[in-house]
Amino acid sequence: MTAAPHVVTPLLWEDGIPGGTHWSGVLRRGVTLRLVALADDANVAALFYSREQPLERYNMADTLKAQHTAHLTTGCVCYSDMGRILCSVIADTCGWHDPLCGLTDAQSIAARYGATRFQEERNSRYVSGREAMLVELGKYGLNERDLVANINFFSKVVVDDSGAMRRIAGHARAGQSVELRFEMDTIVLLHAGPHPLDTGTRYAPAGVRLEVRRAPPPAADDVCRVRCPENARGFINTERHL
Amino acid sequence: MGVVRRGQVLRIVDLEGNQAVDTLFYNADDTHEHYSAQNTIQAQGRIYLTTGSVLLSNRGRPMLRIDDDTCGRHDTLGGACSSESNTVRYALEKRHMHSCRDSFLLALARHDHGMSKRDLPSNINFFMNVPVTPEGGLRFADGISAAGRHVELTALMDTLVLISNCPQLNNPCNAYNPTPIRVMTLGDLTRESA
Repeated sequence: MTAAPHVVTPLLWEDGIPGGTHWSGVLRRGVTLRLVALADDANVAALFYSREQPLERYNMADTLKAQHTAHLTTGCVCYSDMGRILCSVIADTCGWHDPLCGLTDAQSIAARYGATRFQEERNSRYVSGREAMLVELGKYGLNERDLVANINFFSKVVVDDSGAMRRIAGHARAGQSVELRFEMDTIVLLHAGPHPLDTGTRYAPAGVRLEVRRAPPPAADDVCRVRCPENARGFINTERHL
Repeated sequence: MGVVRRGQVLRIVDLEGNQAVDTLFYNADDTHEHYSAQNTIQAQGRIYLTTGSVLLSNRGRPMLRIDDDTCGRHDTLGGACSSESNTVRYALEKRHMHSCRDSFLLALARHDHGMSKRDLPSNINFFMNVPVTPEGGLRFADGISAAGRHVELTALMDTLVLISNCPQLNNPCNAYNPTPIRVMTLGDLTRESA
């Protein structure tokens, strides 16, 4: 899939999330975040909350329903539960990101990769997706009540007619990227950890690079705004709010 | 909103067919533990619920098990309708209509146990058919339920049940016609001996 044409502006900053670790921060309206996979088979779990009122948060069901999709790629937007757009996928060289499968937890990580303790493993102790998100949520006064269904960037999960899910191994390649434009001031939580349906038994999650740039406001012919009439209304709701 | 005790069976009957029954489950003793769509579909490897499905909590613990299902498929992904999502999905002027999220919020406000919108994760839609295509599309398909079909769930812990019988008037999946359901608890099979 080719990246949608958009204006590339100079980097404001960049940073890295080593595989197995987590990060959070506030990204303001009008900036973009590009996630770049640093190795094959990357997976980045992500959650989004309104900076102004974190009770307004990314909503999986509203995102899927409005856009009649079970995967995210260029043109898709991430809806809050309030009918507004937290961020938009403006470019994507990977082609498919999973919004269905959720996070790993301590039990699933221990069952797949073996139990680890800080006492022996020190900083290499395996941290599950749920633990990672609870830690980052806590930094904003949030807790498990705020832990909703997340996005798994760089992961592809297909569903057959019986409803069975299958993760496509080898979907993401090193160097592929996805770029989000923030339409509201947003608390962003990220964890570069294994996908919950990853059947590998060797714990070696890929790292990811973060690149943040300024973005022009979404134009009338913006790839996300024109994807469907629902998104046009989502942008109107968002712009009215602001 | 009501409590189903461990060992009791919750039966929901789709009286007239293809009614979406938006449902959430909480640990009755600690409502921060609740049904998790993601934990549930991860563990069973499929997105639809039917007989044999075990509903898992956000802490990975079994909450209820579907022991009987004459419909065959229930939705885990479509979530609840809301005033706000109606403005996106249908038209900006559709805000002022009844919705499941409003019903949930009113029930939580009346319940007065400190629960709020924070405690509304993604819900189950019993009797609703929301297929995902192999190409990654999501559809609201014609229902596969019919009048009199039911689902029975055995509670594996004391469970607080929150139901909104969906009032959506904009979606053809219920023929634009919300209809009644019947909800009952049956038996008390393990409670006395447990």
